[in-house]
Amino acid sequence: MTKTHDNAPAVLATGLVKTFGSGGTVTRAVDGIDLEVVRGEVFGVLGPNGAGKTTMLQMLATLLPMDGGSATIFGVDVAEHPHVVRQLVGVTGQYASVDENLTGRENLFLFGRLLGLDAKRARATGDDLLVRFGLEDAGDKRISQFSGGMRRRLDLAASLIARPPLIFLDEPTTGLDPRTRGQMWDTIRELVRQGTTVLLTTQYLDEADQLADRIAVIDRGHKVAQGTPDQLKAQVGSSTLQLRLLDPAQTAQAVDVVRRVVGSDDGEPVLTPEAGGINVPLPDANRAADVLIGLREQELLITSATVQKPTLDEVFMALTGHTTEDQSDQNQMEAVR
Amino acid sequence: MTLLSSTVDETVTAVTHAGVTDLPARPSVADTFSQSLAMAWRATKKMRRNPEQFFDVTIQPLLFTAMFAYIFGGAISGSVADYLPIIIPGILAQTALTACMATGIQLREDMDKGVFDRFKSLPIARIAPLAGPAIADLFRYGTAATLTILTGIAMGYRPGGGFLGVFAGWLLTIVAGWSLAWIFTYLGTIARSAQAVQGISMMIMFPLTFLSNAFVPADTLPGWLEAFVKVNPVSHVVTAVRDLLNDGQLTAQVGWALIGCAVVVAVFLPLSVRSYSHKM
Repeated sequence: MTKTHDNAPAVLATGLVKTFGSGGTVTRAVDGIDLEVVRGEVFGVLGPNGAGKTTMLQMLATLLPMDGGSATIFGVDVAEHPHVVRQLVGVTGQYASVDENLTGRENLFLFGRLLGLDAKRARATGDDLLVRFGLEDAGDKRISQFSGGMRRRLDLAASLIARPPLIFLDEPTTGLDPRTRGQMWDTIRELVRQGTTVLLTTQYLDEADQLADRIAVIDRGHKVAQGTPDQLKAQVGSSTLQLRLLDPAQTAQAVDVVRRVVGSDDGEPVLTPEAGGINVPLPDANRAADVLIGLREQELLITSATVQKPTLDEVFMALTGHTTEDQSDQNQMEAVR
Repeated sequence: MTLLSSTVDETVTAVTHAGVTDLPARPSVADTFSQSLAMAWRATKKMRRNPEQFFDVTIQPLLFTAMFAYIFGGAISGSVADYLPIIIPGILAQTALTACMATGIQLREDMDKGVFDRFKSLPIARIAPLAGPAIADLFRYGTAATLTILTGIAMGYRPGGGFLGVFAGWLLTIVAGWSLAWIFTYLGTIARSAQAVQGISMMIMFPLTFLSNAFVPADTLPGWLEAFVKVNPVSHVVTAVRDLLNDGQLTAQVGWALIGCAVVVAVFLPLSVRSYSHKM
């Protein structure tokens, strides 16, 4: 049986559904998500813990059966030909999925052998990858002695042995310190330069911004937005001025000043739960000064002012009208699974 | 099921950046074999680094052989020397069962680790992660059987079957251990935790070994118990090993023991692979 798909995208998923639990407590972890990842791009899936990102990736990687919908990888049906899909996709999980009992070198050798390389080539490929990922000194250490960043790098290296055309990265930098995070980003960029298609999930807006060509925002099993990083950020402004007023009773006056000074093209000022707190979306961080001058002219006193890049929380607030913390019930669901 | 029906050279076409590629729809028999060997390599590395995995197959044969022979010898056979031909094959079967119980527990522990997610995501035969440890565990069964026989000989056991008989009995013990291990492998794939595997395995192992003719002659038991003891596959293995060790004879019991082992593998191997591929 041979099928040809001339312009098949790297990933094409329609109406993906995954439910967990049974009887009265069924949770739809993924609830009808459509996704198209074009060949050669980096596609970011952004969402808080428990939004269904990992579950979606696991279904696409044949690690979980789908409860609804269908998906193809480079034109190959995921449910129908899992073995073929596994040859096309490299999966790097949220938690380093390398063998704790083996050294770095032995891990790469094992995966090379499993992927059909002979002993000599498996060893050579392993050595190459250790050098490429800056792990040559640690190659003979057992994984239990590896740092978190080294594990992630080895994990990614292991996904590259077979040179798969598509790589799934599930939260590649969650829990890493900023320096290691930067190294990981460089490694991913290098991968993309070599023509690999990447589907990555992340909880961090800046990570999606740094790496992805296009982003889908996932919330409670649904896709709530999709676009380029710029389009997404445009919905929340490129930075946020966080104000705290001395006298909370002046909040309404202050909001008027803000509207007059920066307009509301980049989003409405948002009142925070703290008394006298206002978050102002700004088109440009330099406009913060204008707001502060405006407040000063009206003699509205503040206790603090900080300019911040928009966070995932703010994107969420803007897109869904609720914060990421509302999802704790779904977090529990994912932990139980 | 992609179990062993892999002689088909069916391919599926994928269109990647590199162009159109035809990929095999299933792992071939040769691939399955080399992948299982790679997993066995992993298991032996693991064993070497966790020597405590060998406690059950080294200390237990020494301890149980000496203990049971001195405690029960006089009561059951009149003397320790007369009891050894009965107890040694019994201990062989018992240690083989304990050793393969550990197979299931370790598999369960292993499956909870992240690396099994990777194994599942790789284009490898679904049986390889299960078959690998099973192959490596042959060392454990071999160690257990060798040490039991040597302890017996040190205590004065002189097997009547000669070298060939002893070798055949040794081999049958390993085959039985390997075959019965698939029961515990299956338990490993269905149970929720390693502790659960341990608990269920104990409940299976104790009746199987003690309600058999491993330690006492079956005709000393009450009728209803004797009936169970006679159909217990462990009894067949014990009797077969006795025939080989003590008389050097290939009796019908050897045949029954082998058929029993084959049936266990034929039932539990496919069940294990199925349950493993559907899980997680």
